[in-house]
Amino acid sequence: MKLKVPVEITINGKSCSGEVEPRQLLVHFIRENAGLTGTKVGCDTSQCGTCTVVLDGSTAKACTVLTVQASGSSVTTIEGFADGANLHPLQEAFWNNHALQCGFCTPGMIIAADAILRNNPSPTREEIRQGLEGNICRCTGYQNIVRAVEQAAETMGGG
Amino acid sequence: MTTRVFSSGIRRREDPRLITGRASYTDDIKLPGMVYAAILRSMYAHANIRSIDTSAAAGQPGVIAVYTGADTEGALNGLPCAWLIPNSDLKTPAHPAIAKDRVRYVGDAVAVVVAETRYQAEDALEHIVVEYEPLDAVLNPKDAAQDGAPQLHDDAPNNVAFTWAVAGGDADAAFADADVTVSDVITLPRLIANPMEPRSAIAQWVGATGELTLWNTSQNPHIARFLTCVVTGVPEHKIRVIAPEVGGGFGSKIPYYPDEAITAFCSMRLGVPVKWTETRSENYLATTQGRDHIEEVEMAATSDGKITGLRTTVYAGLGAYLSTAAPGVPTILHGLMYSGAYDIPNISGTIYGVFNNGTPVDAYRGAGRPEATTLIERLVDVLAAELGMDPVEVRRKNLIPKFENGHDVVTGLTYDSGDYGATLDTVLDAAGYSALREEQEQARGEGRLMGVGVSTYVEICGLGPSQVAGAVGFQGGLWESAIVRFHPTGKVNVMVGSSPHGQGEETTFAQIVAEEVGVGVDDVEIIHGDTDLTPMGWGTYGSRTTAVSGAAVTLATRKIKDKSKALAAHLLEAATEDIEYEDGRFFVRGSPDQHKTIQDIALMANVAWDMPEGMEPGLEASAFYDPPNFTYPFGAHLAVVEVDPATGQIDLQRYIAVDDCGVQINPMIVEGQVHGGVAQGVGPVLWEGVVYDESGQPLTGTMLDYALPRADGLPDIEVQSNTTPSPHHPLGVKGVGEAGTIASTPTVYNAVMDALRPLGITRIDMPLTPEKVWRAMQDARNGG
Ligand code: FES
Ligand code: FES
Repeated sequence: MKLKVPVEITINGKSCSGEVEPRQLLVHFIRENAGLTGTKVGCDTSQCGTCTVVLDGSTAKACTVLTVQASGSSVTTIEGFADGANLHPLQEAFWNNHALQCGFCTPGMIIAADAILRNNPSPTREEIRQGLEGNICRCTGYQNIVRAVEQAAETMGGG
Repeated sequence: MTTRVFSSGIRRREDPRLITGRASYTDDIKLPGMVYAAILRSMYAHANIRSIDTSAAAGQPGVIAVYTGADTEGALNGLPCAWLIPNSDLKTPAHPAIAKDRVRYVGDAVAVVVAETRYQAEDALEHIVVEYEPLDAVLNPKDAAQDGAPQLHDDAPNNVAFTWAVAGGDADAAFADADVTVSDVITLPRLIANPMEPRSAIAQWVGATGELTLWNTSQNPHIARFLTCVVTGVPEHKIRVIAPEVGGGFGSKIPYYPDEAITAFCSMRLGVPVKWTETRSENYLATTQGRDHIEEVEMAATSDGKITGLRTTVYAGLGAYLSTAAPGVPTILHGLMYSGAYDIPNISGTIYGVFNNGTPVDAYRGAGRPEATTLIERLVDVLAAELGMDPVEVRRKNLIPKFENGHDVVTGLTYDSGDYGATLDTVLDAAGYSALREEQEQARGEGRLMGVGVSTYVEICGLGPSQVAGAVGFQGGLWESAIVRFHPTGKVNVMVGSSPHGQGEETTFAQIVAEEVGVGVDDVEIIHGDTDLTPMGWGTYGSRTTAVSGAAVTLATRKIKDKSKALAAHLLEAATEDIEYEDGRFFVRGSPDQHKTIQDIALMANVAWDMPEGMEPGLEASAFYDPPNFTYPFGAHLAVVEVDPATGQIDLQRYIAVDDCGVQINPMIVEGQVHGGVAQGVGPVLWEGVVYDESGQPLTGTMLDYALPRADGLPDIEVQSNTTPSPHHPLGVKGVGEAGTIASTPTVYNAVMDALRPLGITRIDMPLTPEKVWRAMQDARNGG
């Protein structure tokens, strides 16, 4: 039996605790222990960005963080983005602009886009493309994602 | 009044669950008592297995079972190939789910561990001891077909799985008589489809009932059920395959894989649900790849640019085993398309399907057609250069003139409808072609390497008439079916056999029903992806779902409309012939006030209090649609690039796509398909390609080494479209899923070669990485 360590992480405002192996990846804690499967695993080399979450206010690829490192932290996943029935402006913009097809990259994309807009409320198209460089989408060719981020920037007051 | 939604870009009905993280993909599903499988894969490209010792692995924490190929003896049949192309001397060597005494590619399954957690299963893999006797490997498909190459299968001499020929007219005579001939060798690299969702399977065997349920990342759950039956021996009516949310496929989720068979085997042995999910690196080894062509091609023409002949010899790598649809891709979907958008009177091609020590190759977006379009469109540019003509002029000279109802090409196909000149004109206008050429002239004067590339294309889509499927050896039908069911409240469920996974048919099919009988789109729910809930269908690939399955939805809804008319006539005390329909209402001709809405009809049909003599209760209809012909979407694309003369870096500056996919049900979705398709076709020109070393080790084994298109590498794609309806389709629809991929590879390749022309460079193998381009430029500057 491998040693297990107690952890407690606040996910989307709710405290989640458990005993985990020190090597467990945060993305697996979120998916398996907390049961929040909106955060995806798209690769094993931190290349794809489908596991992107907000960790203590900045974005992180949850496959590059150990659960034990995140203990005591606060995490927001895609499930925490909408305010009840009210979609986040980025979710609304992704929907309006057909910025998703299969949807597998979408949770990570929305969170990466949110980070772009937090650092730069009115990014240029070029800046959006650079900001999304760490997230792969195989369906959309990125164009409508860029459009969606532009539109969200406008509705969120930047633009 | 309902709002018109047909041909309008309404936002997608599938999106709310996807943007909130509430969609359930296979790996998101957790069943009570579920355990986890991990598969040990060969590290050698080619080796004999001397021995496998699983005893240490079996003793690891949490391990429930370890199985090897020997354990599957008598329990799992070999994996079948389902496209047995005729007249080709096709060899179908055995393909066991778990290799028994020989491995033939890095990634071949050797053993499986089942454990309580995924981490435990993966840990235990390291404790399996396999003794291999390494053998020589061969990867290049042309080398593999030569005498003396390492042999993969005893029953396929020279590794040739098939030799298939296409011929029309007299190509040899055309070449003998030609004013001018040009030739080229084109390689299309081996590509990894890379859907963002890795493959996954959950098998749940219930011994008491003899029922097997398989959740699977499949583009075609009904085919998966069929093949699960063939491989496991469980009767088809006791198998339920569910493709839940599927995160992209691009062809790689068509095949039936060893992995789902192994997962089912484990569940049947252990009596508990078993989940297997591949890692991305495992996807790079074990999920089918695309292309891998070496094409030796030549074109004959008159001195004024009229093409008179095309000849090809193609070596198509198939990987180590025949994947489900593999033989059909470089033949039926490739060779028959050699005429492209042109009238080429004499064509002959020979295609060798060749086993090599790589991951099996199967359909990847475009499947055979990008490989055909690239060779035709490249040769047209080479011909233009040879003749000193503008490449657009050569195209214009040879394009098939506008036709509305059938045009035969010498390969034996009958294109449905086309106006190829119009899409070419539109793209040239949109680009400002002559201004671009002037700009290029000026750039060249300044020593800048600017290039313009143009390509036309025609694709064969909407697969296809089942009789033709049978004639070309496809071991299934290609029709689709739909059930449209009205509930008492006027809400509608539509069950379809096809299984979209990102293409948005939950929206477009609802738009069809809304258009036909005047209900709101939000009153229609499309059910797909579960073989117990949906009627038979052959799946989503070949740009066929909207074309074929959408036609079935249309015809079923029209039956609803006919029955509704008859019922309305009865309720309004009129003759059926006197009932007219408009916008969700059935009324007596001339008195629109006397009417019944479709909701009134649905209620009455369901309660059945007052039905005409002999009419069955209920408002439900099903339709089976077998297309009379394929559909042939087409278009013309244009790219502008600039190559950095110092570094070889390519800047893709503009990309303009003009496509004609017939009638569009949702233009926003069509445009999205073009964007994504173009990105996937640009990939292999600029970045993508699997690389193996001499021993068959993949050097592009992770996302770190295999370069996919990223957001900052692509320009905004300018999209326009024309509409030439398909004459034989109930809605005039043709399909658009693969268009972008088919057109963009030759377009961008031609643009880069155009940029490099002043240096005398005529060919570089894809992908055109800065290093390769830089080397080619160095060689050219040093006098070649
Ligand atoms: S899963 Fe790919 S970056 Fe984390
Ligand atoms: S929507 Fe499918 S990967 Fe982005």
